[in-house]
Amino acid sequence: MTDDGFALFCPVPAGDLERVQLAHGGGGRAMARLLDTIIRPAFDDPQIERRHDGAALDIVGPVAFTTDSYVVRPLVFPGGDIGSLAVNGTVNDLAMCGARPRFLSVGLILEEGLPLALLRRVVGSMRAAATAAGVRLVTGDTKVVDRGKADGMFVNTAGIGQIVAPGPIGPERVRAGDAVILSGDIGRHGIAVMAARQGFGFETAIASDCAPLAEPVLALIEAGIAPHCLRDLTRGGLASAVVEIAETAGCAIVLDETAIAVCDAVSAACELLGFDPLHVANEGRFVAIVAPGDAERAVALLRRHEVAAGAAIIGEIRDQPAGQVSCRGPFGVARAIDMLSGEQLPRIC
Amino acid sequence: MRFRDEYRDPAAAHRLAAAIARNVTRPWTLMEVCGGQTHAIVRFGLDELLPKAVTLVHGPGCPVCVTPVEYVDKAIEIALRPEVIFCSFGDMLRVPGTGGDLFAAKSRGADIRIVYSPLDALAIARAEPAREVVFFAIGFETTAPANAMAAYRAKREGIGNFSMLVSHVLVPPAMCAILDAPGNGIAGFLAAGHVCTIMGYAEYEPIAARYRVPVVVTGFEPLDILEGVYWCIRQLEAGLAVVENQYARSVRRDGNPPAQALMREVFGIIARRWRGIGDIAESGLGLAEAYADLDAERRFGAVGDAGGDSGAGGECISGLVLRGARKPPECPAFGTRCTPERPLGVTMVSSEGACAAYYRYRGAPAAPGGER
Repeated sequence: MTDDGFALFCPVPAGDLERVQLAHGGGGRAMARLLDTIIRPAFDDPQIERRHDGAALDIVGPVAFTTDSYVVRPLVFPGGDIGSLAVNGTVNDLAMCGARPRFLSVGLILEEGLPLALLRRVVGSMRAAATAAGVRLVTGDTKVVDRGKADGMFVNTAGIGQIVAPGPIGPERVRAGDAVILSGDIGRHGIAVMAARQGFGFETAIASDCAPLAEPVLALIEAGIAPHCLRDLTRGGLASAVVEIAETAGCAIVLDETAIAVCDAVSAACELLGFDPLHVANEGRFVAIVAPGDAERAVALLRRHEVAAGAAIIGEIRDQPAGQVSCRGPFGVARAIDMLSGEQLPRIC
Repeated sequence: MRFRDEYRDPAAAHRLAAAIARNVTRPWTLMEVCGGQTHAIVRFGLDELLPKAVTLVHGPGCPVCVTPVEYVDKAIEIALRPEVIFCSFGDMLRVPGTGGDLFAAKSRGADIRIVYSPLDALAIARAEPAREVVFFAIGFETTAPANAMAAYRAKREGIGNFSMLVSHVLVPPAMCAILDAPGNGIAGFLAAGHVCTIMGYAEYEPIAARYRVPVVVTGFEPLDILEGVYWCIRQLEAGLAVVENQYARSVRRDGNPPAQALMREVFGIIARRWRGIGDIAESGLGLAEAYADLDAERRFGAVGDAGGDSGAGGECISGLVLRGARKPPECPAFGTRCTPERPLGVTMVSSEGACAAYYRYRGAPAAPGGER
């Protein structure tokens, strides 16, 4: 609004073709053009080309079905963007169910004013991430909301996967003595996004670990190792994942802090900000809980995959005290591990 | 990571712990001043490496914890003004005022932004000249120079829409207040390494002499802290009470003179109320007269609950915790009626608070696998 509180303006879009406008979500020609020129070509799937109300899929046997919504600022960060995040996140949720990811839906909520070049980039990364993970983007939806009503864009993806694990996977299968395996070093995604958001000029650029995790998980299953529980690490970091497992399973988990890898750059950033790497977000790491006799072989199998090359045994399951996680530090003293009560906030000095 | 790992070497830690045990002939209680040290002690379990005769109690050095409740109220009232962009270090947002915290104010529509430096707030003021940008300047001597720099630059650049809500406090007067309390039992101090990086340690020499307590300027890594304890015990067992500098890689006796000069330019020493401790004369910093036009309290008129309090009230013992008179697990509410989700007092809220450290690293009941 201008200072005089009153201004004449033309309600017809000014023809700014380089940004998303409300007309792009109006269901008319502008929307059809957006779908035809940016979204369908990037997805390039016969199901999307059918331009029908939904996808018709052939799938036999038990399926895993999951959904997740993605909100990230900035939309593009070192190592990925909201597009790769939205595909890999849902792919990983399916993988953690012991399923081979097959089909994804994509819901886009775009904010008026979003540069079309950015949208093009994001759907392009979705395409690339889907190809890399072997999933098809088969149906979707696009809406446009007023400027200021979304952080550039929000993405929802839902996914269907074919369950290949021979039995159930979940905290209820965890037994005392089981080994806790972590697939690699932690904290990259959280620090990368935070550094990009705040414009921290770290000497070493930290890239997100955002990656599809289905291949290493399926490799375990194909090799005859039945993981008792799988959990990908997301917002609450390693701490939230293991605490959730311990609480649901009613067991104790004892971790060895010296076995948990944190790269130098993430470690230095955490020191600076007063963060515990165990609470920092990840998008390409998971925890596998396996029978003790399978542990060494599982680690060796995982290490053959680039995304799990840093796999290591980081702890074990115990019976008591139920629901609690502890972590033995470098001096041999154990500390309790809990979920964060809220957001991790940088310390003052 | 070499810079860190060499201060976390387990063999060296056990050697230091053994040296402390060899030197101790009677019980001693030491206070580490800084919340960062408290966290390192609890996180790494350093207290469990020490002989039973050595007790570590935790000091008042958590800037968030000691900020009085009326300043949180003032902050909320200013932040809720529609023309204001209120900038704060993230840690302050969870601190409860009389009726909620800054996060709650944010959810009610206040434009509150987390910044990592006061200069970020100044940049926002430059970018948004039509808004009033207020920075919540809290903390000890560590944060004071950067906050002084923001005020200095705002003044020099004539940025008229920038102001600061100042609640700065100083370490030495708080140490004296703790030592003046009868029956405090504190035999020696680990002084806060980063405060001394700015201020040096000459000002601790009269305290060591007057109260007959050793003061060891100490760093924040596990080996720093164990060495600080060792030096303190060595002095106590030899009947000495002087200032020693364990953190020599960062601290000089005269500190950082340009930083001190900037603080003197922008701030003056005033009485401050400490949450949980009470009023202490000459214990804080306020904007000097030449910078009074940057004072948010003046700019926005009388704001906040003038009454305020010095403690948390009810069953919370955070005042005793901040003075080292109690340890968090000695509180009957600890981990039961008082948790980070539902804190009764601010020492459970702040990431540098002693109660939060115990809760986070030791848990409510005993941690599993805690046997050694």
